Amino acid sequence: MSAHAETMHHGPAKGFSRWILTTNHKDIGTLYLVFSLIMLFIGGTMAFVIRAELFQPGLQLVMPEFFNQMTTMHGLIMIFGAVMPAFVGLANWQVPLMIGAPDMALPRLNNFSFWILPFAFAMLLSTLFMPGGAPDFGWTFYAPLSTTYAPPSVTFFVFAVHMMGISSILGAINVIVTIFNMRAPGMKMMDLPLFVWSWLITAFLLIAVMPVLAAVVTMVLMDVHFGTSFFSAAGGGDPVLFQHVFWFFAHPEVYIMVLPAFGVISEIIPTFARKPLFGYRAMVLATVAIAFLSFIVWAHHMFTVGMPLAGELFFMYTTMLIAVPTGVKVFNWISTMFKGSMTFETPMLFAIAFIVLFTIGGLSGLMLAIAPADFQYHDTYFVVAHFHYVLVPGSVFGIIAAVYYWLPKWSGKMYDEKLGQWHFWLSFIGVNLTFFPMHFVGLAGMPRRIPDYALQFADFNMLTSLGAFLFGTTQLLFVYILIKTVRSGKKAEQLPWEGARGLEWSVPTPAPYHTFTTPPDLERK
Amino acid sequence: MAQHSAYYVPPQSHWPIIGAVGLFLTLGGAAALIYSLQQESDSLLAQIMLNSGALILAGMMIGWFAAVIAESRQGLYSAQMDRSFRYGMSWFIFSEVMFFFAFFGVLFYIRVFAVPWLDGEGDKGLASMLWPQFQASWPLMQAPNPDQFPPIREVINPWHIPLINTVLLVGSSFTLLAAHKALKREDRPKLKGWLGLTIVLGLTFLGLQIYEYIHAYTELDLTLKSGIYGATFFMLTGFHGAHVTIGSIILLVLLFRVFQGHFTPDKHFGFEAGAWYWHFVDVVWIFLFTTVYLL
Ligand code: HEM
Ligand SMILES: [Cu+2]
Repeated sequence: MSAHAETMHHGPAKGFSRWILTTNHKDIGTLYLVFSLIMLFIGGTMAFVIRAELFQPGLQLVMPEFFNQMTTMHGLIMIFGAVMPAFVGLANWQVPLMIGAPDMALPRLNNFSFWILPFAFAMLLSTLFMPGGAPDFGWTFYAPLSTTYAPPSVTFFVFAVHMMGISSILGAINVIVTIFNMRAPGMKMMDLPLFVWSWLITAFLLIAVMPVLAAVVTMVLMDVHFGTSFFSAAGGGDPVLFQHVFWFFAHPEVYIMVLPAFGVISEIIPTFARKPLFGYRAMVLATVAIAFLSFIVWAHHMFTVGMPLAGELFFMYTTMLIAVPTGVKVFNWISTMFKGSMTFETPMLFAIAFIVLFTIGGLSGLMLAIAPADFQYHDTYFVVAHFHYVLVPGSVFGIIAAVYYWLPKWSGKMYDEKLGQWHFWLSFIGVNLTFFPMHFVGLAGMPRRIPDYALQFADFNMLTSLGAFLFGTTQLLFVYILIKTVRSGKKAEQLPWEGARGLEWSVPTPAPYHTFTTPPDLERK
Repeated sequence: MAQHSAYYVPPQSHWPIIGAVGLFLTLGGAAALIYSLQQESDSLLAQIMLNSGALILAGMMIGWFAAVIAESRQGLYSAQMDRSFRYGMSWFIFSEVMFFFAFFGVLFYIRVFAVPWLDGEGDKGLASMLWPQFQASWPLMQAPNPDQFPPIREVINPWHIPLINTVLLVGSSFTLLAAHKALKREDRPKLKGWLGLTIVLGLTFLGLQIYEYIHAYTELDLTLKSGIYGATFFMLTGFHGAHVTIGSIILLVLLFRVFQGHFTPDKHFGFEAGAWYWHFVDVVWIFLFTTVYLL
């Protein structure tokens, strides 16, 4: 056993091989986070192209074909390249630290899960340079756009998605096994920090629905190349079937992208309100309820395809039910802050903005859930406004808040609070300037996924584009802050946040390469 | 939560990155091959990618598993580590269950909704206007547009090969159970016998399945291209067959390891994981046999 004890205590390997061959959860967490940041900027550049074209009515910069490729690739890269890997990165860093485990349960598999991703996205991005161009059928790749009318690069799209799916499934298995099997002795399930709980449920959702995504892309591939007729009525199939299978994956997927952010917020709010979380048990139950409901609401994306009335009603009511557990969460966050001694450091600012702006997204979601009303809203900019409110000030703010919150522990350095505040306020203004006007143009009937629009939408679109440029450039400031922190930040204390509780703060700052090689004794605390 | 003190965190490993490169070459090569066949362009590079990728993947599997087995035999793994593997394998099988669930869901939707609607049933049955002569039935012998999707002459008779295959596969689950019992009793000859028999049953199943496919293609005009019946039939049975193939390879590896003297009556997770996988494949077949062939 002594040889084994030695491998546990040496530090990181020198040079580049450290990152390629590592089995260390902190290294792999960093890899995921850096990868996600790069993807955020690639996807962001595509959004920039979209907003530049939409700055004014008429066609100025790009051809409609290329515009469609941009919207498609933007969506795919942001979802599968930026948001999901960022959360896996956070899980890698934090789950072992928060449950007192020496590492993830299956460290080599962990490395494999990460390194699949750069290859998957290299494959996806290479389609931009193929004859016929990149996928242009929207991130939802509805048949027959992705079958009969697809560019030849659809084949590479299918295999790239397969790789992303393998990565996600293996990563999720690792998280689940770690949480079930690696908790410090004495830590019961109902002692788990909420971030860990949220990730446990997220991992379950991932394992349940990523295979369904694999199935649906496989059927697309078969229809394109091997003559099957899953999504072709001429052969007895049904294009609407595509939408059912896709959304059976994709609605839980939207919760995969937001539940870990819920977890982050549930960690940050108590710290800066200096009060324990209000209603821990209710928070856990609400998360479980959301995950369960997310499996039976998928066709709220399909109200206009001509479902039987019973279907419209069923999916309308179940969708509205989701607002109940979601409301419980919002209520509990606010109650946690109520009468707390609050301070407003950068992570807290992002967390509070999350609560406010995510709620706006939830409320527009409720409007969309009303089937007869959705006939008006469907495929308009109102939907774009809705999902950007839940995804940008929702998921992305959650990720940014988490980075500011835990960065001192990771790097041993403090970020520049003043710059952090600037980052927050510019992002906050940018986000609202970008996405709030979309509600109005959407309600007035501006369709989504078009490179040109009617004149009456011009003013709001210009505002939106200006907001987008502001938000995008502000994220360069984020990168500057990160680099500055790691290079020359002030030394962080053992407990950088006065009100913070939890195992991750009990390790030295910066967190040593190996932590909890002997599990912490929770009984004595 | 007993012995936590010695959780084995492996040192740096090159297998994952080799696996990632292998996966990239395999899937990228497959994509490029399909792409070049469609474009009728040169596919040599694609073939090289695909083949080298597959070789690398195979090498990775052998190397990685060998490393794990060696570590296990050195006694590096605690009971907790063993649980990690067990949980990991169970969740992996769950992901496979969901993969098949999607295809069974498709079959259900097609049979209960899509095909009747094409024939005008229900208040959404407007699609019948497209092909007024279309008649719904299951098995769907004639697609709405028979020019594009040629009709099926006859479907597979469930009471011949599929029934035999059911007996073979269900039987193989029992022989595998017997092998496991023998392993626990440390009865190595019986273990070898039962495990070997399981593999023979599995391979026979595969052989009959291939025969059935050839029969379907050459005599029944039942192909991937013959409309939605052919599509669901071949995708479901095909993915199942692929899993039987993988399962058989796993069992062969287990047999090889048994001959090497691996596994003890109380420590044989590798064997159990393979057995779980085999039973899972067997359960999928029972659903397949009822919903694809019988009903
Ligand atoms: C109270 C909770 C929510 C409700 C009631 C709700 C409802 C809806 C409805 C009905 C639609 C379809 C609109 C249409 O296409 O006509 C929709 C679209 C969408 N929602 Fe939500 N939603 C909720 C929360 C979320 C969350 C938390 C996320 C992600 C973090 C999300 C992401 C999306 C996305 C990405 C789309 C558009 C997909 C597309 O067509 O490309 N939603 N939502
Ligand atoms: Cu949804």
